[in-house]
Amino acid sequence: MDEGLGGGVRRRELVEWVGGSGEGEVLAVRGDVVVVKVGDVVVKVHEVGTDVDGLAARVRVAAAVGGLLLPPVLGPAVVRGRVVTAWPLGTPVSSDGALPMEEAGRLLAALHRVRVPGPVPPARAWSRVERAVRDVPDVVGADVVLRAFATLGPDRGGDVLVHGDWHLGQLVWRDGWRLIDVDDIGVGDPAWDLARPAALFAAGVLEPGVWSRLLDAYLDAGGVAVRRDDPWEGLERPARALVVQMAARALTAAERDGKALTEAQGALLDACGRIVAGWAGGGLGG
Amino acid sequence: MQCPKCHGNMRTFDRMGVHIEQCDGCRGVFLDYGELEAITRLETQMAAPPPPPPVAPPPAQVHYVQQPVQPGWGAAPHYGHGYHHRKHNGLSGLFFSS
Repeated sequence: MDEGLGGGVRRRELVEWVGGSGEGEVLAVRGDVVVVKVGDVVVKVHEVGTDVDGLAARVRVAAAVGGLLLPPVLGPAVVRGRVVTAWPLGTPVSSDGALPMEEAGRLLAALHRVRVPGPVPPARAWSRVERAVRDVPDVVGADVVLRAFATLGPDRGGDVLVHGDWHLGQLVWRDGWRLIDVDDIGVGDPAWDLARPAALFAAGVLEPGVWSRLLDAYLDAGGVAVRRDDPWEGLERPARALVVQMAARALTAAERDGKALTEAQGALLDACGRIVAGWAGGGLGG
Repeated sequence: MQCPKCHGNMRTFDRMGVHIEQCDGCRGVFLDYGELEAITRLETQMAAPPPPPPVAPPPAQVHYVQQPVQPGWGAAPHYGHGYHHRKHNGLSGLFFSS
């Protein structure tokens, strides 16, 4: 049976749009975002309210930056009111096995050295933080997240091509490791692409050795986001923002699902507490 | 206990069997009598060949072995209690999805 996916579009309609056969297999559902596998292609149903023109510009970037980003197969198009794109199927990183941190560092370094191909919208890393904080329910812990957010100040921006939401789920194997998910790609401050692992390391969640492998590989490959002699000069604020974003998302998800925080999520709340305490005491930056 | 320098909260960590206190605020480390010698001795045992014993007076700040730098709000050292067991519990959800 082919029940409507989030927002009403049906698998059959996605299969037809991409010219495939069979029923299509739902790979992931995150809020109203749905990813459906159709043969050797995956169709992504983007968020409700996605700006088609902005996404089209971002898809053109993926088409232009070969070897780093997975190139698009089709789209964007609108199917039954939902914005959709199609991409080659890749193999995701296994969270059980060895993490490809060196490859990830080299890919990000190469992305940040790409000459921006034509007009590209701003990266959306900062708006992701703002949205996560806006969505936080009124629960225990929300106060410290909001106060940590208040330490951040305005985004410094930049003119480098950045992914905008980088984590290991954004890496797949298809003729080599490739970056996926162009929804937030654009021009901005490249330190944002290292901010999530940096935040997880600083919060005590990610092993120091794993963080070092990523950072060293990134710097060895000529990454421009941070200086080797003082990486936290550029990283501190984006990493602080990602602590806030992840803590906010953790509270929202825990409330929605009626679950307690995991230890790792608790560590992010603790980090928010230290950020607030540090700023109250006169600031403790990098 | 309170940090003698900035009056922040100090937390106890276990480093190679030696208890040390670190300040959550200024990151300063407090060592009891004999603890610095105990740490130095352990490090000497782990290194090969063993370095000559230190002749200079001990430094005011103790630096951890090969830890990547953290920001001021960073968590306590990973090998202490508290955060040690967190890294495998819930990491994948945070590092593998938005």
